[in-house]
Amino acid sequence: MFQQTEVTLDELRHLVSDRALTGETVLLNMGPQHPSTHGVLRLLLELDGETVINCIPDIGFLHTGIEKNMEAKTYEKAAVMTDRLDYLNTIGNNLVYCLAIEKLAGLDVPPRAEAIRVILTELQRISSHLVWLGTHALDMAAMSTFLYCFREREMILDIMEMCSGQRMMTTYFRPGGLWRDIPVGFETAVRQFIRMFPARIDQYEALLTKNPIFLDRTKHIGVISADEAIRWGLTGPSLRGSGPDYDIRKVTPYSGYEQYEFEVPTATGGDVYARYFVRMEEMRQSLRIIQQALDKLPFGPVRSNNRKYAPPPRAELGVSMEAVIHHFKLWTEGFSLPKGAVYMPVESPRGELGVYLESDGGPKPQRVHYRTPSFVHLQALPLLSKGHLVADLVAIIGSVDIVLGDADR
Amino acid sequence: MGVEQKLGNMGIATLKLEEVINWSRTNAMWPMLFGLACCAIEMMAAQASNYDLSRFGMELMRASPRQADLMIVAGRVSRKMAPVLRRLYDQMPDPKWVIAMGDCASCGGVFNNYAIVQGVDEVVPVDVYVAGCPPRPEALIHGIITLHEKVKGEKVKDWA
Repeated sequence: MFQQTEVTLDELRHLVSDRALTGETVLLNMGPQHPSTHGVLRLLLELDGETVINCIPDIGFLHTGIEKNMEAKTYEKAAVMTDRLDYLNTIGNNLVYCLAIEKLAGLDVPPRAEAIRVILTELQRISSHLVWLGTHALDMAAMSTFLYCFREREMILDIMEMCSGQRMMTTYFRPGGLWRDIPVGFETAVRQFIRMFPARIDQYEALLTKNPIFLDRTKHIGVISADEAIRWGLTGPSLRGSGPDYDIRKVTPYSGYEQYEFEVPTATGGDVYARYFVRMEEMRQSLRIIQQALDKLPFGPVRSNNRKYAPPPRAELGVSMEAVIHHFKLWTEGFSLPKGAVYMPVESPRGELGVYLESDGGPKPQRVHYRTPSFVHLQALPLLSKGHLVADLVAIIGSVDIVLGDADR
Repeated sequence: MGVEQKLGNMGIATLKLEEVINWSRTNAMWPMLFGLACCAIEMMAAQASNYDLSRFGMELMRASPRQADLMIVAGRVSRKMAPVLRRLYDQMPDPKWVIAMGDCASCGGVFNNYAIVQGVDEVVPVDVYVAGCPPRPEALIHGIITLHEKVKGEKVKDWA
């Protein structure tokens, strides 16, 4: 049932150089089970000594069929699937999916829901960057950074759990707003986090930024020019490390990002260190956004009043027959979207996360496609790693911050 | 500390050999560093500062299956991954145990489709199933302690 097929060298002929066929270079298999491939990624390396001549990524070890599965579910139920795509940016996946539905349906989102969405998405961005920083440093043998990062990440997960009852797979954002309002104590918890966290970023930077070992491992490694980065479709911190200040939160603001003041950090090196620098700065900017959003958090409902898309409040069910009918229709048949297609991009911690949603007018999506940054960034990996040592490859994989759930879907 | 204080100066404790072996197996159970998907992040969290798996003698995750005796299947197993998983299991030396962490590894979870193996027990024998999507680190630790209980009841001859 699960047969592993043997691949002969002849079948690889078009992928490797001629020197591999004569045995001059070595073909080495890295992964799919390897501590520093950040998931089940397999890399076929062609090596001359320790130098990488060619790197062929082999993906699909985590192919889950999420997009296909979503076609069999109603729009609201399919939101549960989106969490499990990029499991470090779960709430961001919900966000982009909900935004696409709202865009196609012309559904309104109350300002309070938008502000809470921004707060939670930015918290998630920080938590994703913390996992990236911890594992990236761990790959370069800096164990303590990993422990510090996960300590702070727990605080964010506690806030997520407070809102939704789940640490990671929250499904807290729903089409038209949020599942429910934020609980008492949310604001205190977030304020405590943003008060404490700047000092913690300084602490990480004290461990790494001027650490000679870290500098040796990251400076001038995996360099990509701005021009090439654009041509390879890099987005997010991987692009901004090369210079362009392209950020979807600034270019096409969504969820009210235009109200908040923040900078888009860039660096010019284009190497692993530059991408590290950009992500560290991004965490500080995320804190600024959270602070502003918290300060002017409006009062009001957190879910759209459009009964065709959002369920009626519980209190109405006892007194209004119409509310009961709406509730029944929504939980059995689900809502239908107008016929058409829509593309909605957002800025995920990794780059441009877009969803292409096609509706045939029924209650289930005809096609959902995720344009995921990890998938796009993986194709630049051979370019980034060519000419570097095997040990540097680990740093390069970490620096483009791929999540295989995001790439394979 | 520990035994010396309990026993005074005796220096000798009489036990069944089987109990000593099982006790030592539970307290130095090295898991294989093998993350697949979302659950792997919670597995990492279980090892990190707040939950600190090293309390149970498990701070060493071995990247090589040859040095591991516990496989934590953390996440969904696709059909492409299944043969790799089996090969890794075969490479582990006896005695070895498997924990299916999370709903996907236990039964396919929310993914009842063409791509995902409906439970990792189709490929390798599983000792403990941990429910949750993903399970909290506490749940994983509970699963590990449950496995410890199971190991304490094993016979040495089982692995001979």
